[in-house]
Amino acid sequence: MKKNIPLLIVLVAGLLVIFSEFIPHRPFSMITETLENWFMIISGFAMLLGQISLIQVNSAKVRNKDENWVYYLIGLISFAVMLITGLLWGMDKTAGILGHGEGIKTWLGLKPFDYLFENVYQHLSATMFSLLAFFIASAAYRAFIIRSFESNLLMITAVIVILGRSSFGAMLTGWLPDSLSWLHLPKLTDFIMEFPNSAAQRAIMISAGLGVIGSSLRIILGIERSYLGSDE
Amino acid sequence: MLLLFGAFCSLTAGNTTLNVSDVPHDAGDALLIKWNLPAAYKDLTLAKADSAGIWQELNLSQEPVGEFTDTDLAPNQEYRYRLTAISSSDTVSFIKNGIPTEQWFYLKKMSFLIFLLVISFAILFYIWLAKQGKDLFIRRINGLDSMEEAIGRATEKGKPILFVPGLADLDDIQTIAALTILSHLARKSAEYDTDLIVPCRSSMVLSTAREIVKEAYQSANKADSYKEQSVFYLTDDQFGYVAGIDGIMVREQPAANFFLGTFWAESLILTETGFGTGAIQTAGTAQAHQLPFFIVSCDYTLIGEELFAASAYLSKDAQQLGSLKGHDFGKLLIILLILIGVVMEISGLHWFTNFFSPEL
Repeated sequence: MKKNIPLLIVLVAGLLVIFSEFIPHRPFSMITETLENWFMIISGFAMLLGQISLIQVNSAKVRNKDENWVYYLIGLISFAVMLITGLLWGMDKTAGILGHGEGIKTWLGLKPFDYLFENVYQHLSATMFSLLAFFIASAAYRAFIIRSFESNLLMITAVIVILGRSSFGAMLTGWLPDSLSWLHLPKLTDFIMEFPNSAAQRAIMISAGLGVIGSSLRIILGIERSYLGSDE
Repeated sequence: MLLLFGAFCSLTAGNTTLNVSDVPHDAGDALLIKWNLPAAYKDLTLAKADSAGIWQELNLSQEPVGEFTDTDLAPNQEYRYRLTAISSSDTVSFIKNGIPTEQWFYLKKMSFLIFLLVISFAILFYIWLAKQGKDLFIRRINGLDSMEEAIGRATEKGKPILFVPGLADLDDIQTIAALTILSHLARKSAEYDTDLIVPCRSSMVLSTAREIVKEAYQSANKADSYKEQSVFYLTDDQFGYVAGIDGIMVREQPAANFFLGTFWAESLILTETGFGTGAIQTAGTAQAHQLPFFIVSCDYTLIGEELFAASAYLSKDAQQLGSLKGHDFGKLLIILLILIGVVMEISGLHWFTNFFSPEL
């Protein structure tokens, strides 16, 4: 019974969503939207679970004085500061318990929550994202080391695309006569991106689409049950 | 003059110069407005009466013969349209009403339905064949075969295993696929007594992952070894989540990292950090743009379909493996359709590609 009821719910919900994709008449036309709304409501309540987990995990590490426990303490303090400032003075145009906090807003220029968001969070987030540039360089270096025919091909293609996307590439081949214009690096780059690259990406997307059909069918029919915890 | 203009309007409103009709086989949310005027009329204005009866202009091409589809309408409600056209000598105006009606079938999605039915029947057929005991060949997937090796290595080194179920919520099929793999991985890690770390980005994924890991430990008769705190919530923020996982990789030094599910710009930040720690890395996603990043920085990558096939492959269950054969049939069918489409297009016959690529 513990497994059968969820399986039945999955079967009915799955079939309804499939039907609603092909039947535009009510009530089928509203099913997907209704289910999405239900999901939003449930995930709204589930947010509390996340916050509880965050506090439990971090406070346990601080309490046990685990290695690097100070970081977990900073995490908890940051969480509390954002929560308290948001609750007391609100954010953007939303008022908090103490209203809009005009006094503190005059001093900081923004509400405390917005001030921290703009001046701390945004910068930390941008810092993480900007790491990507360095990681791309290190990953590309490894990928472009010529070891085999494939990696050779990859490196040549990458060099053409990198040059073709820069003004230097256009300058390098700008002198070519019209009869050889197809060798112009930006044109070669466009060709690579538009044809071989798109073809490969579409092949991946088509096979992923087939995987989604198969996976969904296995789940709807109850053949695949591991998402319920175990296969039995 | 005004009287004459009004009389002209009422006179011409009844003919077919302006035609408003329901878009067939849809959800009753669109009307098709067609007009056919002499070439002399250049300046055209189409307007729709709002609930107060005030005319609101719609964007329109200035061609004397054309059509416009008004969308986002409420079904079974009457709408009134006015077309005004100006030529060098006169101005004409036409008014017509239309009612969008709901239909019981999206005819434009017929090709999707046929394709879905054929693929589904093929998958069911191969599942039936597998049930009958027929031995079906399934190609090896290295990324999944290596899972046990990665867990074994973590056990030998006494280090934990890190499993990242992607950044999407539970309404994404890739997250579901990742969680089905987590079930197998958790059971193996329970059998080997190796710690498992599962940081989650969404609370829904957290509660599901906790249940899955707990059940897996129970089914491996290691319920006592299950630690609820090993599956935890980090943050909903994309780069905050990445920073948290990077921190875990650097501090805990997991021997095996699994990145399975939906990933966006953060994919390379995660896997390059993992590469730096020397962990065996397995990644899998159907996000075509992130796959190159995973391929260069991970030891094994599940490409697109392989992510969805993983659970069936790992289960070694004949029925589930049979369904994978259905995927192969689907691929063969698509290759055939593409070839037929190419031949038809070269031959100047466009109905075939139009049937499979309808404007929705």
